[in-house]
Amino acid sequence: MTIPIAYYLTLSAILFCIGVGAFLIKRNIISVFMAIELMLNAVNLTFVAFAHMWRQIGGQIFVFFVMVVAAAEAAVGLAIILAIFRTRNTLDVDRIDLMKL
Amino acid sequence: MYLALFIVFGLLCIGGALNLLFRRHPIDCALSLIVVMTSLAVLYLLLGAEFLAAAQVIVYSGAIMVLFTFVIMLLNAGSEERTHGSAAAYAAGMPGIAAIAGLLAFLFLSQNGPAAKARLGDYEVSTGALSRVLFRDLLLPFEVTSVLILVAIVGAIALAGKEH
Repeated sequence: MTIPIAYYLTLSAILFCIGVGAFLIKRNIISVFMAIELMLNAVNLTFVAFAHMWRQIGGQIFVFFVMVVAAAEAAVGLAIILAIFRTRNTLDVDRIDLMKL
Repeated sequence: MYLALFIVFGLLCIGGALNLLFRRHPIDCALSLIVVMTSLAVLYLLLGAEFLAAAQVIVYSGAIMVLFTFVIMLLNAGSEERTHGSAAAYAAGMPGIAAIAGLLAFLFLSQNGPAAKARLGDYEVSTGALSRVLFRDLLLPFEVTSVLILVAIVGAIALAGKEH
């Protein structure tokens, strides 16, 4: 039983588009950040699918580095969210509209 | 069997992502994102990436999502309310997103070559093979990422620590 790699790419495209939609309509800054994580995961699936398709190990190495960078990004991003909440007392992105922290 | 596994976990992925899209409370979003990430780990296993499947569970649905739920509960984040901006995003964004998804799906499904098939166990990358590339050919980038993690930790503490 085989399935085409195109199915994986389609699934990844759907996940990425749902992530973009969530990024657009979410108004809580933590939810927006989670939408970004969803997009990163969708692209990771594309990398693994292409690594399988071309029998190349480089795609999986890329996914490893994306995971490392995502971990660093999550730590720094959540710290920034904490700092914003401490000064503004809100998580609504519509109310966070001044550059001054 | 392979097709059934793909369909079950692919539908779990899409269902979790849609749940993330339409729920209003951040904790619902976080839990559905955990569902998406764990199902993606199974899909990685189906594609023969055993190390990445383990790392996906440990790093993404373990560490990162625990950090997210911790921050959501620490900040006591409630449901988000519907605002003027979100109405505009619904009106303009949703048709555009649906169009892009449809276009990409059409592109991918219309031109699948004869070689582009996946079968269970026809190409497995063992952890040994992956680490051989990582520690022999790409040792410098690997070490640089550890410095990146260190900088991120220091930056997170500097940003989130108590102000003097």
